[in-house]
Amino acid sequence: MARLIINGTPRDIEVDPDTPLLWVIREQIGLTGTKYGCGVAACGACTVHIDGVATRSCVLPVSAVEPDQQITTIEGLSPDSSHPVQQAWLALDVPQCGYCQAGMIMAAAGLLMQNPNPADEDINAEITNICRCGTYNRVRAAIKLAAKSGEATQRG
Amino acid sequence: MNAILSISRRSFIIGVASTACGLSLGFNVPFIKPALAEGAETAPEINAWVVIRPDDTVVIRIARSEMGQGTLTGLAQLVAEELNCDWSKVTTEYPSPAQNLARDRVWSNFSTGGSRGIRESHEYVRIGGAVAREMLIAAAAAEWGVPASECAARMGMVTHAASDRATFYGQLAAAAARMTPPANVTLKDPKDWTIAGKPLPRLDTADKLNGSQVYGVDLKLPNMLNAAIRACPYFGGKVESFDAAAVAGMPGVRTVVQVDETAVAVVADTWWRAKTALDALPVVWDEGPNRQVTSASIAAMLEEGLGANDAFIGAKQGDAGAALSAAGRTVTATYAFPYQNHATMEPMNATALYTPERCEVWVPTQNGEASLAAAAEAAGLPVQQCEVHKIHLGGGFGRRGNFQDYVRQAVSIAKQVPGTPVKLMWSREEDMLHGAYHPTTQCRLTGALDADGNLTALHMRISGQSILAAVRPEAMQNGMDPVVFQGLVLAGTEGTLGYTVDNLLVDHAMRNPPIPPGFWRGVNLNQNALYVECFMDELAHAAGVDPLAFRRKLMAKHPKHLAVLEAVAERIGWDTPPAAGVHRGLAQIMGFGSYVAAAAEVSVTDGQLRIHRIVAATDPGHVVNPAQVERQVEGSFVYGLSACIYGECTVNGGRMEQENFDSYEVLRMAEMPEVETMILPSGGFWGGVGEPTIAVAAPAVLNAIFAATGKRIRTLPLKNHDLA
Repeated sequence: MARLIINGTPRDIEVDPDTPLLWVIREQIGLTGTKYGCGVAACGACTVHIDGVATRSCVLPVSAVEPDQQITTIEGLSPDSSHPVQQAWLALDVPQCGYCQAGMIMAAAGLLMQNPNPADEDINAEITNICRCGTYNRVRAAIKLAAKSGEATQRG
Repeated sequence: MNAILSISRRSFIIGVASTACGLSLGFNVPFIKPALAEGAETAPEINAWVVIRPDDTVVIRIARSEMGQGTLTGLAQLVAEELNCDWSKVTTEYPSPAQNLARDRVWSNFSTGGSRGIRESHEYVRIGGAVAREMLIAAAAAEWGVPASECAARMGMVTHAASDRATFYGQLAAAAARMTPPANVTLKDPKDWTIAGKPLPRLDTADKLNGSQVYGVDLKLPNMLNAAIRACPYFGGKVESFDAAAVAGMPGVRTVVQVDETAVAVVADTWWRAKTALDALPVVWDEGPNRQVTSASIAAMLEEGLGANDAFIGAKQGDAGAALSAAGRTVTATYAFPYQNHATMEPMNATALYTPERCEVWVPTQNGEASLAAAAEAAGLPVQQCEVHKIHLGGGFGRRGNFQDYVRQAVSIAKQVPGTPVKLMWSREEDMLHGAYHPTTQCRLTGALDADGNLTALHMRISGQSILAAVRPEAMQNGMDPVVFQGLVLAGTEGTLGYTVDNLLVDHAMRNPPIPPGFWRGVNLNQNALYVECFMDELAHAAGVDPLAFRRKLMAKHPKHLAVLEAVAERIGWDTPPAAGVHRGLAQIMGFGSYVAAAAEVSVTDGQLRIHRIVAATDPGHVVNPAQVERQVEGSFVYGLSACIYGECTVNGGRMEQENFDSYEVLRMAEMPEVETMILPSGGFWGGVGEPTIAVAAPAVLNAIFAATGKRIRTLPLKNHDLA
């Protein structure tokens, strides 16, 4: 049994403690916006926030999450896609196939919480998610647009 | 929202559509009779392409698959343009493959590959929109008792100016559906377009921002089980034995099954538990006949082909052999291109529900009809008793069209748990080990230069793997694979060589290693552009002529090829010196019906490559959505540069060595150059967009690296080379 707070709601889950958080979120909580891409924390498709820090959930055993830690998934980033990062993504029509984009958005939102006005070098260092369609330049532009909106730091 | 709404024996309702404002619509697929279903409002279809609901929502049917390339939006624009509807009311849905079959393929080809989504269907989808428009006008005219010729349609309304009357499409749809379709319609001149040709936002973005877009891996059906699979990692090998009892008691495990001769799968309540049990499952492989095959043995096989006597001829002009023998000066170089994996971000997957009477598959597929055929074959049922529900793809790049191995596997597993839906998902490792790999080839090029530095003869000997021989043998021409010569042929509309060489021979010694090849975004244009464009640079250097000037002399009869090349040269400032430490390279090619070119600016400092800037140009004839074309061109450089810098699947012991992104690296944000896209449609033809510019990425960069370092890189990927 594990207690997790996911998108503000406490959940008690029957689960093997070794199960990666990703699979608890996807298969037991039923929130499928967080994606599996590699299972070795190499691609970032599984990025969620734990206490506001962008974290790759595919290699994190659920037992490593404390019961009082706040887990935020793409579904919980905002109730209505109004987070500045989501709004910037919409304004620049960033996604192509879209599969990696939840992870990208969560990574970008995490970056902006730590660093409200990231330079290119900061983006390069922090956004290492893989996109095979090739949205990188629009992701970069959307992060800068979200930063400019000035609200990104105030939202989880 | 985009989710399964309900499921019953008689009908499935699957949300496959979303509007610009994020609404989703139920698409009701009858379980038994494969006729196109009507929506909850029972809105009739005007014709196969257009349904208009009483609230004026326009549902446009899209036969091609959306995998990120944006044709869902582009094709809807083309229909909407002729329909004269209100774009803000447009939504889309996929007709199903079984419906297409039952209706004499009214939606034509479902295959989504070869950059054909728009260029191959623009005419009939526009006709579909125009016919529906005329039927709406006829319905209004009949209602008003006025001649149709006095009525006009615009912005989702039919108007009759003389009597000052107007009616919205939603009110006319039921009557319009009963009108006789006109035999002929006149399509608009693209210069008059107001919806098509415009940089409209994608229709599918909203659901991709909040996790609500349902991909195949996200599908949920009542009582569904999950399967993890492992196929024999040795090419040509199969399962010898496995010990199901060893994992039968593990948490969540329902059954362990063999899948055809080659694979085993664990079926469990969750995928993670299935995978955990699979990892613990003892399996003995019959390793098959290829355990001695290595990348080195494959390279040796191809090297032999470089000098072989027999070869298929793809292009011939004059007598290259004689001219080369007589030439005072020749230049020779040998290039090679390695295996690549598609590495779509969404791993291969399919969900199947089998009963002895019926088989249904939910799958992200580039070719719904191929999925249907694979499902029927694997189920052992007539195709009329099968159905495929298409789902947006988390990347395709050619992996999910011709190859339906995951569909066959899913059905094979589902057959062993009849009546229960089973979702099969591959791990990333499975995906890397069982690709349909970009084929490997080598190329030896020999050119003759006269005393004035003119190219007088060129022989390109390609040696290596044929995709068609492996996957579409029926398309071979007297043993020859014509697709091997993409971009190098002398005639046709698909991809001609942009140079006139008086004595030219392009030939192919087919050498097929036992590694499954496939269509990988850009296909054979990738290596052919690398070979010819890097060698042009070598020839120019040998002749002591500027690479642009050298090419230009050979391109007088190829004005469209030349136009895009000159466009990128001008934009990058070819005639002016670059910044200190920065060096430039050029490349051009024609493929998938379009003319493309790129110019790159790079620097190499202490062996470290940095690609600063790419200028790309494309002339696809017509452009349906310039914003989406720009995204495709930008994205193509990520794909092309990933292959150039990192991409390489190596074979050892008869299997692939790379199993995940930690050993199969791809381009990431930090290395992504600026990409400036020039869209230069010259009209008069329709070319593709998704693939062609990939092919100029590597040669433009490699030519710039030569300018920077004096080093000729003739084998990919760059990670294997020391640039210091």
